[in-house]
Amino acid sequence: MSSETKQILTTDGIPLEVSLKKAEKKNKIKAFLLVAPLLLFLIITYVFPIGEMFSRSVDDKMITNMLPKTFKEMEKWDGKELPSEEVFAAFYYDFKVLVEKQEHGKLGQRLNKEKNGFNSITKKLFRQVKRKKIDESISIKEQVMKVHKRWRNVEYWQAIKRTAPPYTMSKYLKGMDMYYAADGSIAQVDEDRRIHRILWLRTLEIAFFVTLFCFLMGYPIAHLLATLPMKYSNLLMICVLLPFWTSLLVRTASWMILLQQQGVVNDFFVMIGLVADDNRPEMMYNKVGTYVAMTQILLPFMVLPLYSVMKTISPSLMRAGKSLGGTPFVAFWKVYFPLTIPGIGAGCLLVFILAIGYYITPALVGGASGTLISNQIAFHMKQTLDWSFASAMGLMLLSGVLVIYWIYNKLVGVDNIKLG
Amino acid sequence: MALPSYTETRYRIWHYIYIAICTFVFFFLIAPLFVIFPLSFNAEEFLVFSEGMKNLDPDAFSLRWYKDMIYGTKNPWGLAAKNSFIIAIFATIGSIILGTLAALGLSSRHMPYKGIIMATLISPMIVPLIISGVAIFFFMAKVGLAATHTGIVLAHIILGTPFVVITVTATLSGFDHSVTRAAASLGSNPVNTFMKITLPLILPGVISGGLFAFVTSFDEVVVVLFLAGLENTTIPIQMWTGLREQLSPTILAVATCLIILSTLILISAELLRRRSERLRGINR
Repeated sequence: MSSETKQILTTDGIPLEVSLKKAEKKNKIKAFLLVAPLLLFLIITYVFPIGEMFSRSVDDKMITNMLPKTFKEMEKWDGKELPSEEVFAAFYYDFKVLVEKQEHGKLGQRLNKEKNGFNSITKKLFRQVKRKKIDESISIKEQVMKVHKRWRNVEYWQAIKRTAPPYTMSKYLKGMDMYYAADGSIAQVDEDRRIHRILWLRTLEIAFFVTLFCFLMGYPIAHLLATLPMKYSNLLMICVLLPFWTSLLVRTASWMILLQQQGVVNDFFVMIGLVADDNRPEMMYNKVGTYVAMTQILLPFMVLPLYSVMKTISPSLMRAGKSLGGTPFVAFWKVYFPLTIPGIGAGCLLVFILAIGYYITPALVGGASGTLISNQIAFHMKQTLDWSFASAMGLMLLSGVLVIYWIYNKLVGVDNIKLG
Repeated sequence: MALPSYTETRYRIWHYIYIAICTFVFFFLIAPLFVIFPLSFNAEEFLVFSEGMKNLDPDAFSLRWYKDMIYGTKNPWGLAAKNSFIIAIFATIGSIILGTLAALGLSSRHMPYKGIIMATLISPMIVPLIISGVAIFFFMAKVGLAATHTGIVLAHIILGTPFVVITVTATLSGFDHSVTRAAASLGSNPVNTFMKITLPLILPGVISGGLFAFVTSFDEVVVVLFLAGLENTTIPIQMWTGLREQLSPTILAVATCLIILSTLILISAELLRRRSERLRGINR
């Protein structure tokens, strides 16, 4: 049978199977060539730079390149007692090269981050080297140790040794409020200085509750939109779509006006007697503001996927449920609700993904207690200029988002994202 | 949503609660936008409704903030608007070209590795903007395009293409490929077929994707904050600075203009969606 199949030839005398495969391959290449420009563009300008963030976040080559001889000698050092004459000498020669290149300041600053007090003792050593006070013909160890008493402290040499590997995870540890202790083990930051962990937890908390609020508010109106006759639902749909298309900053600005102490919301509370006029609550620059504004801004992303799923559910199913003896609640819970779960999944994941990386709204209405991890990343990018730490935190956030994105892709499929 | 006459009282009550909740949510969604209109005509400098405004006194209203927006001294809005439009238009054109080509390829059933490629192409929409901003900034700084219009346009193409890919792929999902085969059998070359047959049919999807890309670029602030220099300031950047420093009524005048713009875009997007559904034969 198979040999007969193979004998079918096209008019050119090529076996059909070969010819078909060739055509298939040609089509594949054609399709791929259409995608190629965008794919290439994204890989160069987007995917690679994200990869570069990773190498930046673990990069610690600066000192490795500054003190090559020292680290070579240090390989033999057990790290317990003061290093040998060779290590001291190697360090001195490395340092001399740095002084000539005027890079000793950078070394001092970098080592100071590893252990406090390095900046001043490298400056002292620099002065001695500059004035050529150190005699290279006699023991360098003795002379360096005389420059400052800290050069006689083994902890400082241990700190130098810790900077030897060209890669470090310290930025990631810092992002989780941990650090490398003097003996190389991982230690926790003091309890009162654990700021990053608070931020991570707060980001998760706000993203979770915003998703929950969006679901609680979005579900009823999506249901209403899906069950109303077309001419009414089209009109009401504008209420969902107009905020969706309006500038994020405009919407944030309107919340800033509404929530301020003399704002409309407070006026209303005073009017109905909920609060006293001289005791208006602070609703902005705290978590309340972040919750309210983010819920309103992200609500359309919940309503639209829910609506598109509910639209496909036939109303006769509910009627059937009721005619079989279910109360409206039972019919809703056992028939309607399970059918909307794909929409709930899509909406919740989308809102959660968007909320977890939110930056603009928390920065404007959040104040100090409403800022999220994104604000911290921006702070390190723009203010402290610790780009490697910003990269590390960004990638930690990204890995979380990618996990949710992967789940979303499995459950919903990216090609099923609906817009408008 | 009229209830049948036999409905029991408790379900009747539930129904009214449901309607009340829905009304509240719709109000919550749309009302914040409307607080901006009256305040932008405020004669005073404060962002609260003055007594005069509450009594509808004509003297309490004025166009001074609109005048300030257009003629004000040392006013950044003119330059910002010019930059915003230039950047958004070029970013839209770029997104449309790259995104449409990619969507055509992705819709072909011969496309290899469709899932992973689609996930990559959509990723700029999913990855938090702050991370995109950092990554794109590193790239643009390395190739010397930071603080240039070109750099911002390229960044906005990255952020805009996912929308075009999604809308055009959705349009193509109902596309009858036999029409292109018919064109080919009648002797048309692929480029001609695309221009004369495919493009007119998918045009609503392409344009609505383009609208998304335009709005994305026009409203984008996080990435621009990293990339823009003083000459590349855009409307969102000016609004961001203004909102952080002092909330002046001029910003509300600008915001009103932006709301009008987004209403126009919403209307065109809706018309396009309906046209596209009609063309694809989806009847309701």
